[in-house]
Amino acid sequence: MTEQSLRQDAPAIEVKDLCKNFGSNEVLKGIDFHVNQGEVVCVIGPSGSGKSTLLRCVNRLEEPTSGTILVEGVDITDPETDLDKIRTRIGMVFQQFNLFPHLNVLGNLTLAQQRAKRRGKAEAMDVARKNLEKVGLANRENAYPAQLSGGQQQRVAIARALSMNPDMMLFDEPTSALDPELVGDVLAVMRQLADEGMTMMVVTHEMGFAREVGDRVVFMDGGVVVEQGKPEDVLGNPQNERTKAFLSKVL
Amino acid sequence: MKPSTRRRLFRGVLYAIFIAAVAAVVLLADWQAIQTNFLNPEVFSEQFPAIITTAAKNTVVYTVIAFIGGLLLGLTLALMKLSPVAPYRWVATIYIELFRGLPALLVIFGFAFAIPIAFQWRPPGGTAGAGLIALIIVSAAYMAETIRAGIEAVPAGQREAARSLGMNPGWTMVSVVLPQAVRIVTPPLTNELVILIKDTSLLFIAGMALSQRELTTFARDGVSQYANATPLVAAALMYLIITLPLTQLVARLEKRNNRSR
Repeated sequence: MTEQSLRQDAPAIEVKDLCKNFGSNEVLKGIDFHVNQGEVVCVIGPSGSGKSTLLRCVNRLEEPTSGTILVEGVDITDPETDLDKIRTRIGMVFQQFNLFPHLNVLGNLTLAQQRAKRRGKAEAMDVARKNLEKVGLANRENAYPAQLSGGQQQRVAIARALSMNPDMMLFDEPTSALDPELVGDVLAVMRQLADEGMTMMVVTHEMGFAREVGDRVVFMDGGVVVEQGKPEDVLGNPQNERTKAFLSKVL
Repeated sequence: MKPSTRRRLFRGVLYAIFIAAVAAVVLLADWQAIQTNFLNPEVFSEQFPAIITTAAKNTVVYTVIAFIGGLLLGLTLALMKLSPVAPYRWVATIYIELFRGLPALLVIFGFAFAIPIAFQWRPPGGTAGAGLIALIIVSAAYMAETIRAGIEAVPAGQREAARSLGMNPGWTMVSVVLPQAVRIVTPPLTNELVILIKDTSLLFIAGMALSQRELTTFARDGVSQYANATPLVAAALMYLIITLPLTQLVARLEKRNNRSR
């Protein structure tokens, strides 16, 4: 078996014994975690449990204190790894959208394609328009972020990440900053992505989404993975006391 | 007394004081002396056209050179101050603290006279050119702090979004952070520009050839020549003609920026 095909078989994300400290505050205390290719994994847990930090470590927006993180078999904690290249394969969606306010929608979607993927302008526009259509905003390509609702902004942010043709998508509480009536549109786009077979890691408080769309649910608390398994098991019949206590508050 | 009556009475007193003050100025001022010394029509018309073709023009040229030079040097210093490489930060910090702590007049004097003598340096444009270099150096220190603050005011999420899309630190700075920082620093940098317009008057200490004179030097020479202060008033008028539209223009630009946000 060649090395290339080994990588094809590797999990999309594989985290081994990951620790992360902020000063003396231990946020992640030895996490083992993986996401298989094509799998949708939802990470739930109380705030401060370290779930966002775990997600941000996967594309090294946070520097791990110790442990290894393999993305498609490539060790991203290795200083020799070309992070920028790896990051083009990992789409990221933020709680606060983080669209570029000085660029219109099309500009937001084409900038990184041209700067990081070295695509020509025409090709970048084609890809951008296709993804805008996918998130249902084909008619807003000239709008500026400030002219869009929160839900529209988040869908543009998803289209922006998709325009890099990533192998997997990370979602960091994508609906937490939205007004309740706007949550549905964003979840619908995410559901559609999952149906198309996209590999997804979703940190979320949307238990309905985790139950219906997730292949696996991971419950974190206090910087460790407490319990994980099929959504109906973890959400419907939790074994650990901390999982039960958390679910009784949010369900 | 009812509160409304008291309020009305208080306001009436304020008006009375104001009117009394204006009347005192009008009655007590020596209008004849003011007119002959500050508003002499003959001296005033003698200022033209040189006050525009030479003095105001030079003021604008010096300002533009100092502003662009200061902006480029200031941007470099701001990026140095944000550099992960510590020695760059030290150099930038020392530079900024040094030149913000010194009077511009002293720096101009040093560049125009002390440094050329000490190092046998013939500055381009003579002592006025050396003074202009000093003005660039001083304004860069102020602009560096403004630009650094502007860059740091761009939310961290913007940089994170750009990096997570695979853009390298250079492109992230150029295409995402700096364009947003520009909007943030436009108002303070305009203040900087207006201050710079006025600070070009400090160049008078460097001494200038006739064709190099800016407004203040020009007006000073006029005062000596005519033994009359009218040239100062003419120069003041020219300064206002340059600065007032500028502040108006910036107010409009800001409004437009806010709308597209």
